[in-house]
Amino acid sequence: MAIKDYIRERFFPQMWCPGCGHGIILNGLIKAVEELGLNKNDIVMVSGIGCSARISGYLDFHTMHTLHGRALAFATGIKMSRPELNVLVPMGDGDALAIGGNHFIHAARRNIDMTAIVMNNRVYGMTGGQYSPLSGYGTLATTAPYTNIDHPFDVVDLAVAVGATFVARSTTYHIRQLTDLIKKAITHKGFSVVEILSQCPTYYGRKNKEGNAYEMMELMKQTTTPVGSEAKKQNHDLIETGVFVETDKPEYCTEYDKIIERAKKDN
Amino acid sequence: MNEKIIKFVQGNEACVEAAIYAGLGFFAGYPITPSTEIAELLSVRLPQTGGKFLQMEDEIASICAIIGASLTGNKVMTATSGPGFSLMQEALGYAVMAEIPCVIVNVQRGGPSTGNPTHVSQGDINQARWGTHGDHSIIVLTASNHQDVFSITVDAFNMAEMYRTPVILLFDEVVAHLREGLTIPEKGALDIVDRLKTSVKRGVDFHPYLPREDGRLPMSDFGGIHRYNVTGLFHDMWGFPSSDPKVVHGLLRHLVDKIENNVYDISRYKEYFLEDARTIFVSYGSSARSALHVVKNRRARGERIGLLELQTLWPFPAGIVREKCSEAQCIIVVEMNMGQVLQQVKTAVDNPDKVFLANRIDGELITPTDIRNIMRLIQGRGV
Amino acid sequence: MPKAKLKEHKINRRWCKGCGICAHFCPKNVLEIDKDEKAVAARPEDCIACRLCELRCPDLAIEIITE
Repeated sequence: MAIKDYIRERFFPQMWCPGCGHGIILNGLIKAVEELGLNKNDIVMVSGIGCSARISGYLDFHTMHTLHGRALAFATGIKMSRPELNVLVPMGDGDALAIGGNHFIHAARRNIDMTAIVMNNRVYGMTGGQYSPLSGYGTLATTAPYTNIDHPFDVVDLAVAVGATFVARSTTYHIRQLTDLIKKAITHKGFSVVEILSQCPTYYGRKNKEGNAYEMMELMKQTTTPVGSEAKKQNHDLIETGVFVETDKPEYCTEYDKIIERAKKDN
Repeated sequence: MNEKIIKFVQGNEACVEAAIYAGLGFFAGYPITPSTEIAELLSVRLPQTGGKFLQMEDEIASICAIIGASLTGNKVMTATSGPGFSLMQEALGYAVMAEIPCVIVNVQRGGPSTGNPTHVSQGDINQARWGTHGDHSIIVLTASNHQDVFSITVDAFNMAEMYRTPVILLFDEVVAHLREGLTIPEKGALDIVDRLKTSVKRGVDFHPYLPREDGRLPMSDFGGIHRYNVTGLFHDMWGFPSSDPKVVHGLLRHLVDKIENNVYDISRYKEYFLEDARTIFVSYGSSARSALHVVKNRRARGERIGLLELQTLWPFPAGIVREKCSEAQCIIVVEMNMGQVLQQVKTAVDNPDKVFLANRIDGELITPTDIRNIMRLIQGRGV
Repeated sequence: MPKAKLKEHKINRRWCKGCGICAHFCPKNVLEIDKDEKAVAARPEDCIACRLCELRCPDLAIEIITE
């Protein structure tokens, strides 16, 4: 199938700013779904609120554009009801980890089979460039005009700590890796997290003098390294990409089916 | 063989049994007094029927999960109390906007804030109506005894499906925790409204937000043959966002009209001795039990007194209240708040000056003695 | 497997927003942003059909057609 078979063409050109990394994630996600040969009727995409959340409207799946931060909670209800469906949950960094942080850690803890994609552009774009929990200490934002004194956290470390059974990171520069990791995440049975570093040239890039879209992507190339590489040992500031965790743990829906069996027997 | 099952239960259990009777397939909740028994009992009962019970990380997640589950074709419910109900308000608005059937139980306790968790109150009447932001209409039902809790819970599920809307069951701590007999009706004794599914064939354009001629909106399950969009934004008949003034106006009007135009079908109430009553109590929930007690005692002494017990609180059955109270010389609203239904009754009747409030707001059930004392004050006879 | 040979760059000018990602990262410098701020294949003969432009286009505006 061609890319056009997966999108709702009438809504294109899409609404994101020129050079926005979210479009690249959309592109890579379509490729991943295509290469996996998934049936569109078997895919439910649940998004929250923000620039990232608009991704669901462009895709010809069962799509739900929900509330800020709550996508994983809605998705949990869908997945529990229909475990055979592939549930994809793209979220922004503020969406997933500020307002939605609680749902993120608990969905991961349950190990419910779904794919969380954190489209991390380190800023609240839709509201005009305020700092997010992942903007980073010392960055600038429309609500951090002097400097940002908020410390960030590492999405990958967090996801690992709270029990996600597949955890990976890529960037919009590493498009082939991005696609490959989304494929692996969808295929993984359990809660998968893929953090994708994405560029916001309009707000984050401009405020922090990181240049235009491709200059920001060049920076991603320079500041990242494959997980476990020698380079990381030399330069601790490098951000690792690749697969961090891929483990088996009882999956929530499967476990609940056993509960039903037991309840019926005990009754 | 269908046999009548008689149980001695709490009101919360009556609600649980009714939900299962109505076809509940998915529940998500978070422990909170005084609604917790609903979650506990459903964690036992739901998997026995093949349904699913989920304890979420908070009340926000709980209501979001049931909305998601409803989209896949399940009948769904969550249960909470005061603070949890406050947390649910945003997602409640989402279910209103996206027209997703679901039932939300709020077992009222004393508020605001943490308030009086183990004590009774009826202070959430207006919150149930207006808690979520924006213009909308909503169905809110209540009951005063367990048999009625059962039937009104079934009604709640039916109305959620009929009008594609969230329905709030607004019980109170006394009804929820009181134990009394419950006869579970035989299968088929109460009507059950099932999800109206679209008959639109595969490959044919399906409009999830285009009402049929009778006003109902058939649905297609997520994961089924029709892929569409669901959003909390104003949206067109396909579910795609739109800020076209015509679309916005049309949708908002539809959301309000589909409920307000059916106020008589939605209205549930019970009347006791109203035919010749000159003094009428208007009450609901556990307060109505005390009011009924007073009515029966006074009737025995020949007093022309009656009770209009409301079971539908919203949309407010103003026409019914006006009609039933038209001959009354004195209308006393009995409730456990500062007069939330009182205001509605005053608006509904021809002469608001004859409407009085008999209330109690200290966390204790309003008793027949309380009501009698307040009546004496109203009549200028002192306590 | 022999490498695919380019037939054409199908560029949807209505969808392209001229961000320049395709042109900047093209390993053979095939693409340019024209005066209308749209991507254009200025030197298609140099294209090695690596598809990086297609894969990285945020606007889904580029399709590499191979023979």
